[in-house]
Amino acid sequence: MRIANREELALAREKSAQAMKAESYRILICAGTGCLAGGSEKIYEKLVQLAKDQGQQVNVTVEFGEGIAHNSDGSCPVNGNCAGIKKSGCHGFCEMGPLVRIEPLGVLYIKVKESDCEEIFNKTILQGQVIERLLYTMNGVAYKAQEDIPFYAKQTRLVLKNCGHIDSEHISEYFAVGGYSALEKALFTMTPEEVVNCIYDSELRGRGGGGFQTGYKWRQVARQKETIRYVVCNGDEGDPGAFMDRSVMEGDPHKMIEGMIIAGYAVGAQEGYIYVRAEYPLAIKRLKIAIAQAEETGLLGENILGSGYSFKLHINRGAGAFVCGEGSALTASIEGERGMPRTKPPRTVEQGLFGKPTVLNNVETYANVPMIINNGAAWYKSIGTEKSPGTKAFAVTGSIKNTGLIEVPMGTTLREIVYEIGGGIKNDKKFKAVQIGGPSGGCLIGTDLDLPLDFDSLKKRGAMIGSGGLVIMDEDTCMVEVARFFMNFTQNESCGKCIPCREGTKRMLELLEEIVAGNGTMEHLDMLEELGTAITDTSLCGLGKSAALPVLSTLRTFRDEYVEHVVDKRCRTGVCKSLCSITIDPAKCKGCSKCARNCPVSAIEGQIRNPYTIDQSKCIKCGACLDNCPFGAISRG
Amino acid sequence: MLDKSYYEKVDEIIAGYGTESRFLIPIIQDVQSEYRYLPPELLKYIADKLHITEAKAYSVATFYENFSFDQKGKYVIKVCDGTACHVRKGTDVLEKLREVLQLKPGQKTTDDMLFTLETVSCLGACGLAPVLTVNDEVHPAMTPDKVIDLISSIMKEEQA
Ligand SMILES: Cc1cc2nc3c(=O)[nH]c(=O)nc-3n(C[C@H](O)[C@H](O)[C@H](O)COP(=O)(O)O)c2cc1C
Ligand code: SF4
Ligand code: SF4
Ligand code: FES
Ligand code: FES
Repeated sequence: MRIANREELALAREKSAQAMKAESYRILICAGTGCLAGGSEKIYEKLVQLAKDQGQQVNVTVEFGEGIAHNSDGSCPVNGNCAGIKKSGCHGFCEMGPLVRIEPLGVLYIKVKESDCEEIFNKTILQGQVIERLLYTMNGVAYKAQEDIPFYAKQTRLVLKNCGHIDSEHISEYFAVGGYSALEKALFTMTPEEVVNCIYDSELRGRGGGGFQTGYKWRQVARQKETIRYVVCNGDEGDPGAFMDRSVMEGDPHKMIEGMIIAGYAVGAQEGYIYVRAEYPLAIKRLKIAIAQAEETGLLGENILGSGYSFKLHINRGAGAFVCGEGSALTASIEGERGMPRTKPPRTVEQGLFGKPTVLNNVETYANVPMIINNGAAWYKSIGTEKSPGTKAFAVTGSIKNTGLIEVPMGTTLREIVYEIGGGIKNDKKFKAVQIGGPSGGCLIGTDLDLPLDFDSLKKRGAMIGSGGLVIMDEDTCMVEVARFFMNFTQNESCGKCIPCREGTKRMLELLEEIVAGNGTMEHLDMLEELGTAITDTSLCGLGKSAALPVLSTLRTFRDEYVEHVVDKRCRTGVCKSLCSITIDPAKCKGCSKCARNCPVSAIEGQIRNPYTIDQSKCIKCGACLDNCPFGAISRG
Repeated sequence: MLDKSYYEKVDEIIAGYGTESRFLIPIIQDVQSEYRYLPPELLKYIADKLHITEAKAYSVATFYENFSFDQKGKYVIKVCDGTACHVRKGTDVLEKLREVLQLKPGQKTTDDMLFTLETVSCLGACGLAPVLTVNDEVHPAMTPDKVIDLISSIMKEEQA
């Protein structure tokens, strides 16, 4: 069903919207990675079966451009007896999954099981009743409408707007919510230069980490002499603990694809590449489907919508190298080489992929483009802060009540994210720190809670937004161990091209390992600082340049904890096993002998009904006794 | 020497891409997903077809963590060691697995070739941390106890 021109696209959009409206109800079963793991596929099948048993027409599809399944006046051919039961993308609330959203009621059911389906169908679908026990409840309040749940109420979901609300495997769903109208506007009412100017004026900054102005990049590519140009999308999402790009690629792939085609038109590129990390098989699958459907409908390929502009899109899978998220390493990887960064200049905008001028942007960056084209630069600048307009998606994880993927205007404070959206610290522990920007980021602490999250405020604090990972840590987290964890990650991922990064991260890791093992000295701390500064100053690419950041920033803010580790040989959180001991409180111990029976190394001795004791020279600190004591008499400290 | 069918399969995969050297990575990715490892003989064969040296192909294949020249077990278990999973005690899950599968230090695949244990940094399901996958199927909110159940249910299936 090729859409040959503007008018047909408008018609396809209208008919898709009508078809969506004609559905007498709509059940959206979350089919993101998280909810699928919770069994949402079975829920989908069950609900479809229940609707069919009722004699309803399920998922009446639209064929664009020609006869559709709906009457010409838009009314339903089956007299309102058609059900829309769809698999949606991730809502960002995966911990509560599997999620089921029901429209037009707007209710969100959480932790749904296959066995709940019949009740959902009989009560909610057939009688419009809300099932209380499946609602999200907080502080005694059960929230009926998804939008009222505090986790959502404080968000501004623009990029993620469709995630969770449409079926990403059908292009008609994207049409129904106005999809490809920005591309249409760009192709038929704007010159490429005007498109570049619009993005330039919007001051959209790259969401992949650096915060570089997108319009500036596009303008430079558009001005190159070389006419073969490429558009590349960075979907490598290497930051461990972040999944916003995954959600966009799975839940609303067309939005990003639309952004890429617009970029291609703006800079005069003929081909584009999407580089997706291998750990995201579902994202790759959904992107492939989306590209195939866009090709079929004539939105990709030769002479798009009859505009004369042609653009092709390819997908490349990553192969497990974090450094490939770096621009020049990524293009090298697409070229079939080892993914190693190279020295610059020449920059990617001059000589990028296959040595040609290349626009390289992040998934979220491209997903911002259609709405900027549709609503204009001034509108975009009214959101967020002056120097960082728009919204940003963050993956909030760790010791927080509501983990998930959120989207807020730039400049939102950490406090709003942690306490309002996130619902506070898990188990009502004390807030300790937030690691922002993953292994290349820094640590923010209690006094930073009112810091506006935008590119520049964070830079001033020696941290960075990075990709948008926010790991919340409570009082039980050992900051030295966290620093060791990140150093282990970067050391593993160093490509080995330059010595400071290759050797330096190894030495830093060794120092940190000695510290957590209880063999550190004050000199270790000095050496970490000296090495860290040298690596930062002399490494070739961003990986090396930021590798020491987590260590340096925790050394600054949590120096007392480091000192405790090396001088007092103590880890106050009990995380560093070599630095803590497991003891039995004689006042609480009832002498039941359970611990002694559980100990794998027979380190616990005692007599029945008398307090037991642990022989510290034998104890391997495995914690088996601790978890099993019925009286809570054993503790780590 | 590998069976002829291996080379035929590779020819088929190459035909789907073309013989430009830039297709090296997708080609060996497909070969690996076919056989769950990258037979070194095939890498040489592919290098010849793409007109690159074996050394070059080898340098690329060894750079990326995903490629393995060793045969993998029937069930490839990947335990997430990303930040979110780490702070939610993913390491305990990993340690339990090593114990249950009786893996010696440095050993990745069990002697019976049933299990291969690996770590990855983030599977993108961080909201459900700690997470692991068994042949790409995600298992959320894992604990050492759930690990025992998981392995024993796979073993039971295998014996049946
Ligand atoms: C080691 C390293 C890893 C990176 N990983 C990613 C990544 O996973 N995703 C991403 O979009 N950008 C990543 N970047 C940033 C990219 O180099 C590049 O700046 C970005 O993709 C440009 O797009 P943007 O301007 O839209 O942000 C990484 C940079 C470095 C140095
Ligand atoms: S800084 Fe590290 S990752 Fe970057 S090029 Fe040098 S060795 Fe490679
Ligand atoms: S921590 Fe482990 S080794 Fe130590 S006493 Fe308890 S069970 Fe025994
Ligand atoms: S996968 Fe369902 S909410 Fe994230
Ligand atoms: S950190 Fe484990 S899935 Fe993301």
